[in-house]
Amino acid sequence: MSDQVKSEPFILNIGPQHPSTHGVFRVKVKVDGERILDAEMVMGYLHRSIEKLAEERTYTQNIPFTDRTDYLASMSNNLGYVLAVEKLAGIDVPERGQAIRVIMAELQRLASHCMAVGAFANDTGAWQTPVMWTFREREKILDIFEMTSGARLTCNYMRIGGVAFDLRPEFEPMVRKILADFPPFIEQLEDMLSGNEIFRARSIGVGVLSPEMATNSSLSGPVLRSAGIAWDIRKADPYSGYEKYDFQIAVGYNGDCYDRFIVRLEEMRQSCKIIRQALDGLPGGPHSTQVPLALRPPAGEAYARVEGPRGELGYYVVSDEGPTPYRFHIRPPSFINLSALREITIGSTVADAIVILGSIDIVVGEIDR
Amino acid sequence: MTLLVFLASKNWYDIRDLSNISRVILEGLDRFLPSGIVYVVAVLLGFVASFLIFVLPSQLIVGVYGERKIIGRMQSRLGPNRVGPKGLLQPIADAIKLMQKEALTPKFADKAVMWVAPIIFVAPCVLLFAVIPFGPNMIIADIPVALLYFLAVSSIPVLAAFMAGWSANNKYSLYGAMRIVAMTISYEVPLVMALMGVVLFTGTLSLQEMVLWQKSNDIWVVFLQPLAFAIYFICVSAELNRTPTDIAEAESEIVAGYLTEYSGMKWGLFYGMDIGYAIAASAFAATVFLGGWSFFGLDKYIPPWAIFIAKTHLFYFLFIWTRGTLPRLRLDQLMTFAWKFMLPVALINLVVVATERMLWQELTDGKLTQGYLYLFAIVNIAMAVAIVYAWARMLGYSPKDETPMRPRLFNDARGYVPVVSEKGGR
Repeated sequence: MSDQVKSEPFILNIGPQHPSTHGVFRVKVKVDGERILDAEMVMGYLHRSIEKLAEERTYTQNIPFTDRTDYLASMSNNLGYVLAVEKLAGIDVPERGQAIRVIMAELQRLASHCMAVGAFANDTGAWQTPVMWTFREREKILDIFEMTSGARLTCNYMRIGGVAFDLRPEFEPMVRKILADFPPFIEQLEDMLSGNEIFRARSIGVGVLSPEMATNSSLSGPVLRSAGIAWDIRKADPYSGYEKYDFQIAVGYNGDCYDRFIVRLEEMRQSCKIIRQALDGLPGGPHSTQVPLALRPPAGEAYARVEGPRGELGYYVVSDEGPTPYRFHIRPPSFINLSALREITIGSTVADAIVILGSIDIVVGEIDR
Repeated sequence: MTLLVFLASKNWYDIRDLSNISRVILEGLDRFLPSGIVYVVAVLLGFVASFLIFVLPSQLIVGVYGERKIIGRMQSRLGPNRVGPKGLLQPIADAIKLMQKEALTPKFADKAVMWVAPIIFVAPCVLLFAVIPFGPNMIIADIPVALLYFLAVSSIPVLAAFMAGWSANNKYSLYGAMRIVAMTISYEVPLVMALMGVVLFTGTLSLQEMVLWQKSNDIWVVFLQPLAFAIYFICVSAELNRTPTDIAEAESEIVAGYLTEYSGMKWGLFYGMDIGYAIAASAFAATVFLGGWSFFGLDKYIPPWAIFIAKTHLFYFLFIWTRGTLPRLRLDQLMTFAWKFMLPVALINLVVVATERMLWQELTDGKLTQGYLYLFAIVNIAMAVAIVYAWARMLGYSPKDETPMRPRLFNDARGYVPVVSEKGGR
């Protein structure tokens, strides 16, 4: 009978409009029933040509563009870009400016991981509850950003040579409150998800990424660390004084979706640790050095990388001594992390593909730029 | 004048049993209507009483408003609070909005089937409440095979869901349709097996007699059959597409499953009746497992229908609770769970019940005493734990070799080589 019944694989478009593609991202999967035979990423729905536009604007004018690449981690993007320009122009940042940058980058990591963890739980089907909880906590961080820089998401806070404004007096108590609230909240999430039988069944052994595959695809960030590789730019190539802080790298066991989840939770704990140290040792002095408005760095090129919430976030800037960069390029972590998606989705089911996509934690603004 | 005398002679004002009112109405009508018509009136009255007075308000207040409010609280939101006092009119506003919306039909859809599917989905829900006893006399049709009737009628909506998914000509809808059919076939089996244990104990298929049995023995079946209760809850939430098992309309995977192409009130009918079936399942659970309208003698003082409604809504709260907390299982995991775990466990449970029933009859020489029932209840609760534990171990599940809940921690970066040493975080 089974010889006579013919079935053939068909193409299923997951996205560009789909509840779980985290933006306008499209995966064209070839499925045989629930089983995925092939997957093709289709991107470009959110392309805004930021890299080309940046060549027309001065170095300072480009900072808002970096907000809009990874709109969930604007502080980290600001930081990566200004580090690259500072490297190019040879500008030193005062101690206080560096400490404020570290605090902001780590707060941003907390906010971004909140989003990642909540959206991932939503993809596994925990209907809105974890994501609402994480949004509640994330909102407190965004309030701090709003107070300091004037914007919640697209902060535009870092400047070449420091940060835009000094901290307000209310800043420290608010951050201390977050530091007090966060570890219990992470434990709450662990109680709800990490130990949950259904959640474990959905994520353990799903989308397994071997260390070889991870390094060959040049993945970075929590996705790389979950595969069992202890690699973190903050430790390997410290910037902004990260070498002064005591924190640890969280490394997963099998490289599956569950490991990516627990690595993110642990990184949130470590971020709290860093913020506490930075806040305790916050030096006085100026928050920024004076930099000419029409900055003309000497001809040359510079690449600066930071450990963004999603991985190695690199900015490559070339100067021809003009007021605008000659070439501006971003190494977006989610775009490169996506390169492993096809390999780990093939053979899994449609339901798993959604979970895997959620665990990689993509931001489409960064993929398409 | 005759009306007053007639009314004075009846106890229609006794709200503990609302069937008094309907009896008065029917007897009054019987005097001047031709014979036979009164039966039609009785059926309509029963429909009004059960559906329009109980089910519809339950759907709106508990199903839509309560669910949104409780889940809102679980998610640290407020839930609906704009329309009417405390947002109570929100479901009605939703319904009006849905009626105003255009019910689109895709160009290449099978239009007739797509149009008929919501109607087929609604009809059985009304029929289900005919056999549910709301009180000692408050039952529309006390048929002797009510349990079979309930199971049979509650399987019809799956057909409608399949029609909806098939006709829409959408791949996501097709996924939903195929998933719901596969799941219902799997989960119907352990469900019936679990209910057989209850039937063995009570010795009847009539729902009213089951309530009377629980009342006369002063014990609820949930204590005698904890395992059957758990299996019933899981199976029913699978059939109703409630959260841990809502794969047929899993919104993060297949958009909305078989409802993807539905809009307007056609979608509203599916949505409303999903809640209707959940209330029917809760009412059934309250009747079979939780003692129906009886409450250890208190039903003499409290209106039995109030007890019944409270139990129904309490059971419905379980659905809301799971929906607010649990992630969703995958299709193959659900199938494995049904066939490898729940079915064997239900069968073992059936054997245990049959043995106990035999012992009960042998030990008491046919004269049943309820002292043994309490013993059986304790034995069965212990057995339930033991069976679930033993079967899970047999299937190879052991909590020891799990992935730890915390990752490993390192103080410095080690380059692009995997760390193989140092197993275990904290």
